[in-house]
Amino acid sequence: MERILDKSSIDEVLKVYPARRDSLVRLLQAMQSKFGYLSEEVMLAVADYLNLSPSSVYSVATFYAQFKFKPAGRHCIKVCYGTACHVKGAGKVLTELERKLGIKKGETTPDREYTLETEACFGSCALAPLVMIDSEFYGRVTPDSAPDLIGGD
Amino acid sequence: MGLNSLRKESIHEWNEVLNPSRPQIFVGMSTCGEASGVVAVNKAIQDGLEEHGIDAVVNKTGCLGICYCEPLVDIIKPGKPRISYRSVEKTNVSGLLKDYILDDNPRPDLALGAWGQEFKGIPDLFELDFMKFQVRIALRNAGVINPENFSHYLARGGYQGFEKALDMDPEEIIAEIEKAGLRGRGGAGFPTGMKWKLCRKSRNFPKYLICNADEGDPGAFMDRSLLESDPHSVLEGMLIGAYAIGCSRGFIYIRAEYPLAIKRLKIALEHMKRHHLLGENILGSGFSFDIEIREGAGAFVCGEETALMKSIEGQRGTPYSRPPFPAQAGLWGKPTNINNVETWANVPVILEKGAGWFNRHGTEKSKGTKTFALAGKVNNTGLIEVPMGMTLEKIVYAIGGGVCDGKELKAVQTGGPAGGCLPLAKLGLTVDYESLAEAGSIMGSGGMIVLDEDDSMLETARYFLAFIQEESCGKCVPCRTGTRQMLAILDTFIKGRGKPQDIETLLSLGDSIKKTSLCGLGQAAPNPVLTTINYFRGEYEKGINPKLLRAKAHQ
Ligand SMILES: Cc1cc2nc3c(=O)[nH]c(=O)nc-3n(C[C@H](O)[C@H](O)[C@H](O)COP(=O)(O)O)c2cc1C
Repeated sequence: MERILDKSSIDEVLKVYPARRDSLVRLLQAMQSKFGYLSEEVMLAVADYLNLSPSSVYSVATFYAQFKFKPAGRHCIKVCYGTACHVKGAGKVLTELERKLGIKKGETTPDREYTLETEACFGSCALAPLVMIDSEFYGRVTPDSAPDLIGGD
Repeated sequence: MGLNSLRKESIHEWNEVLNPSRPQIFVGMSTCGEASGVVAVNKAIQDGLEEHGIDAVVNKTGCLGICYCEPLVDIIKPGKPRISYRSVEKTNVSGLLKDYILDDNPRPDLALGAWGQEFKGIPDLFELDFMKFQVRIALRNAGVINPENFSHYLARGGYQGFEKALDMDPEEIIAEIEKAGLRGRGGAGFPTGMKWKLCRKSRNFPKYLICNADEGDPGAFMDRSLLESDPHSVLEGMLIGAYAIGCSRGFIYIRAEYPLAIKRLKIALEHMKRHHLLGENILGSGFSFDIEIREGAGAFVCGEETALMKSIEGQRGTPYSRPPFPAQAGLWGKPTNINNVETWANVPVILEKGAGWFNRHGTEKSKGTKTFALAGKVNNTGLIEVPMGMTLEKIVYAIGGGVCDGKELKAVQTGGPAGGCLPLAKLGLTVDYESLAEAGSIMGSGGMIVLDEDDSMLETARYFLAFIQEESCGKCVPCRTGTRQMLAILDTFIKGRGKPQDIETLLSLGDSIKKTSLCGLGQAAPNPVLTTINYFRGEYEKGINPKLLRAKAHQ
């Protein structure tokens, strides 16, 4: 993830999709995967490129849960909150992680190391409860084993 | 320009896998395998082969659906059946490779089953309770082939349905789908042939085709597994549909949370391009068609077809009221046909084997099979495909092996947030569109969660209602504020402070939300509450504030 935004790195992402309305969501996704979140600067650049008003870009961006407007932590922890995970104790796993990290879901640790989130469902229900850290999945997590996933103490 | 010579080569290649001259190893590489540690196992296999100096071919495969035994590894030795090993750990890989491949001891203690026969004390895989009641049509290749290998799909009859379709009139194809009785697997069960016919009739061009792979229902993973394990079956279905309807452009709308499915789809689309199955003048037939992948952005409501189309257009994914139906005016106002992943995967087989072969399975009104993601408090969790009309009891006990830890079954939740909780007394119910709807639930896309005696029905209802309330797009009032009110009332019962009359309030509020919401999200939102009141009213009564009850008794 790149943190420093300069105009040319934004332009590089813009170039990937044609300047049409239906590129909007894809562009926002590409921006977020490059910069980690959608800054005002990025959204203005997208609006300009697609010839849309900034408010219509913001309105679309805020509609979708995927988009973040604040920088995230270096690592992203997602606790699956699907039905199977729910009945198998995902709530307790989340509580344990919140305790260990000292933050609530949706928040980032002050040192910007971890962001803690819940996900509607990863679709790996047979291995519930499931936790994803960056792009690694961990199945059958228990409240006891959950804190070990983040290591250290 | 056909696929015949390529198919011949592919069959040759596939036979070399099944009857190999050197050992073949299959590693179940799907998301559920990854979550249970298959990446480390795969590495251990490479190391083990090197350590023992074994010359073997390692293949990836998808998911057989036997998730409770993941990671799953299969071995085929020359002249021997394919053997599946269960719950393989990186620490026992080296021993297994040595014992079986070098010393010819197939290690029955680690094996799950042998394919198609009993073998040296290892049971026949397809005679295991989990497998023997299944009929695998949509999942015909899942866990069998390497999903990233085009030859494997081709060798197993792939693209035969499409080639057959190219020799037929589009109307004939649609008639065959109608005769098969195929209904949408995305939830509502609308007859697929009829949908295609409507879209074909329109004289407005261009026409679009969509595969709905949003699979937002928490507790459902059928479509993910299918796309990860056999992407071509879905793509071939889309190709046949596009040809029959007359569509020139197709989209797969897939949730971003499914990175492996997206990767495998991209690989499969590359195969198609390379072999003239996409683009201009497909297989020299004059028919042209292209498919693009669009990733969802984390909004449940975008699984709803009108919202989905708005999202593809780059707008906020809010639904609009129908008519006009997508078949009349969909994407960019043009006729659009949208079907679910599993619906598409059924199409090629219907063409290849005929409607009569397909509709032997199922009930009077629900033909064929349905996949279910069996999860929750059940021993054998996994992905299953059963003929329509099987009882819930058979699914949970015969296939699922009953409830975990010897606990009592309390309810089976079907249909996700739009569905309902069915109690023990309803276990004799058959799974087909009509019976489930009659009992107050729905077939839905196929999530099936088993709940035991420890699960509170109020909590379960709350879980789903809270989910819907969070995902409500806010466009229509009944869904936006109605679900919020229901949730607030439900919470009073959960805290033991419910008002006696509020059970009725929930029922009437639920009824109005169902009748007046704009889209299926709101129309189904009250179901989890309504079914739990219907079948587990006692739990709501227990949540009534005792003081209020006493006051009522004094009146
Ligand atoms: C809130 C909501 C969510 C939906 N989510 C999905 C979904 O994830 N996948 C799907 O195939 N259909 C979903 N549907 C159903 C679609 O609107 C549509 O009926 C379906 O894609 C049609 O395909 P089929 O006829 O093959 O089932 C959803 C409907 C609603 C109301």
